[in-house]
Amino acid sequence: MRRTLLQLRVDPIACDGFGYCAELLPERIGRDEWGFPLLAPGVLPPGLLDAARRCVVSCPRNAIVLVPADEPLSGPTTRAR
Amino acid sequence: MSSVPAAPGLWPGAGRLSQRAFSGNPGSRQGPGMDWEDDERPRPGRRAGPPGERRTDSPDGRVPGRGAAVMSLIDSRRAVAGLLEGARAGTAISFARHLQIHGPLLLPGDAGFEPRRILGDLAASGLTGRGGAAFPSARKIAALQGAAAHVTLVVNAMEGEPASIKDQVLCTSTPHLVLDGAAVAAGLTGADRIVVAVAGDRPGQAQALLGALAQRPARVPWEVLALPGRYVSGEESALARAVGGHEALPRFRPDKSLPLRSARRRRVLVHNAETLAHLALVARHGAEWFRSHGTTDAPGTTLVTVSGAVARPGVFEVDYGIRLIELLTRAGAEPRVQAALLGGYGGAWLAGRDFGVACTPVDLRRVGATLGPGIVVALAEDACGLAETARIARFMAGESAGQCGPCVFGLPAIAADLDQLAAGRGGHGALQRLQGHLDIVEGRGACRHPDGVVRLVRSALEVFAEHLALHAAGRPCPHGTRPSLFGPPPLAIRR
Ligand SMILES: Cc1cc2nc3c(=O)[nH]c(=O)nc-3n(C[C@H](O)[C@H](O)[C@H](O)COP(=O)(O)O)c2cc1C
Ligand code: SF4
Ligand code: SF4
Repeated sequence: MRRTLLQLRVDPIACDGFGYCAELLPERIGRDEWGFPLLAPGVLPPGLLDAARRCVVSCPRNAIVLVPADEPLSGPTTRAR
Repeated sequence: MSSVPAAPGLWPGAGRLSQRAFSGNPGSRQGPGMDWEDDERPRPGRRAGPPGERRTDSPDGRVPGRGAAVMSLIDSRRAVAGLLEGARAGTAISFARHLQIHGPLLLPGDAGFEPRRILGDLAASGLTGRGGAAFPSARKIAALQGAAAHVTLVVNAMEGEPASIKDQVLCTSTPHLVLDGAAVAAGLTGADRIVVAVAGDRPGQAQALLGALAQRPARVPWEVLALPGRYVSGEESALARAVGGHEALPRFRPDKSLPLRSARRRRVLVHNAETLAHLALVARHGAEWFRSHGTTDAPGTTLVTVSGAVARPGVFEVDYGIRLIELLTRAGAEPRVQAALLGGYGGAWLAGRDFGVACTPVDLRRVGATLGPGIVVALAEDACGLAETARIARFMAGESAGQCGPCVFGLPAIAADLDQLAAGRGGHGALQRLQGHLDIVEGRGACRHPDGVVRLVRSALEVFAEHLALHAAGRPCPHGTRPSLFGPPPLAIRR
């Protein structure tokens, strides 16, 4: 079975910008000048999957989701700079 | 709103109309009834002109070449009335007159209504959405066929773009064409509820629609729903929320290929008012007729609101693929127009040297632009594109739905950077800051509202690059401080 590649998405409506996620997963998540999370582009490296899952369940606003990466990138994507 | 005829028996929405909060600044938008202006000049060589005006491609007045086929093609386009045939801004065409102009139409529920034939024609016609995204309408409708859910059809007549008036003109002058299209689309999708969404600060538009609904048979319950006249109220997920009884605010949709819903078992189809008006004509006259206008890739006609530095601002029905320069000429553009805003406040600037472009989605994308919902604003030679862009960005920041951090903080930051540049302050630091803000904001809202601003501002930095260099060097032009040269377009039909 092919393993689905995953990527992180932030629901910008739910997110409060306090930035716990950036502390939990600094490898993939930065913060913009207002505190809102900036996600690194692309799929999640498999080695970070567990950490990403912890990050997802720790978000106090349930604003981070892991979604299959092969879905159309029409929704909000973010790029860290 | 007490003057809206209440007929709760026919349309549940008639009662609801008055309940809705009308927000927005009425002074900032134009309501029907003001500044009507009409052009009665027949369009040369276009549909349904006097017989003497028959367009031919040969100087001696005879149809050249392939004989009967060419003849019948030309005849078929000439015999058929266009979207705005017989329309006069500010006066709604009655149902009886509408049927005279466009001919009868079998509606869902009538014996002989042929959903399969219409869907086939729709697919073959190549009609795309006229609300901005130019997505094939047949695909949206086909996706709902056989859906195991109830369907609400939403007629998107919100027209949140300040530089667009085409949906207001359609709804107030030829409402039955829009309603025909909605009835047919409901028939094709099995929708059991039709909601016409209008901006609450344009009561004349709701009145015209309610008046028209009173004249025609209704087999599916109709509502006219007045929503706050905000830019983002017309975004489709906001409308889906509104018809579900919530505030008209966009929703986060991580996967936009999933269907829109207003409730768990209720799907929502949103179509722009003009798209439905075209559908009404495709259902009547078929795909071949539709394709006799426009280009292969961009068939049919399209409505464009032209305003700015032109002598004849208003709504034009043009063949898709018309050269921009030809459209500007028809609108009486000033001889020295330096650039044009295409696609509206969420669109892009186009430099004068690119005015030869054909107005199709593909050709326009090549030069970084879009027609959006059909908007062209001509920028006069002596205006400051930067200052105009700063004003637009400020307006768009104020129109944010206030839900997403990057939009709430990012758009005002972009507007502030632009203000500084336009005023000749901040120098290259302001320009760098602006570029950083554009990168950071793009793609990070729940809806595409901020992305429209980013596209517009990026295009301004390119198109006005030379001018920008002066501003960034602390030498702003004197025009930056003048009041905007953009006015709301008059509700005029031009031919
Ligand atoms: C911020 C925003 C505002 C919009 N406002 C409108 C609007 O006022 N009217 C409209 O028809 N479409 C508007 N749209 C586009 C709609 O989301 C949708 O694509 C369209 O109504 C679909 O109809 P169509 O397929 O017939 O074009 C807006 C989109 C965005 C992102
Ligand atoms: S932890 Fe959740 S709410 Fe907090 S900033 Fe990250 S995504 Fe937003
Ligand atoms: S991106 Fe802006 S306009 Fe769109 S939902 Fe978020 S806050 Fe509202």
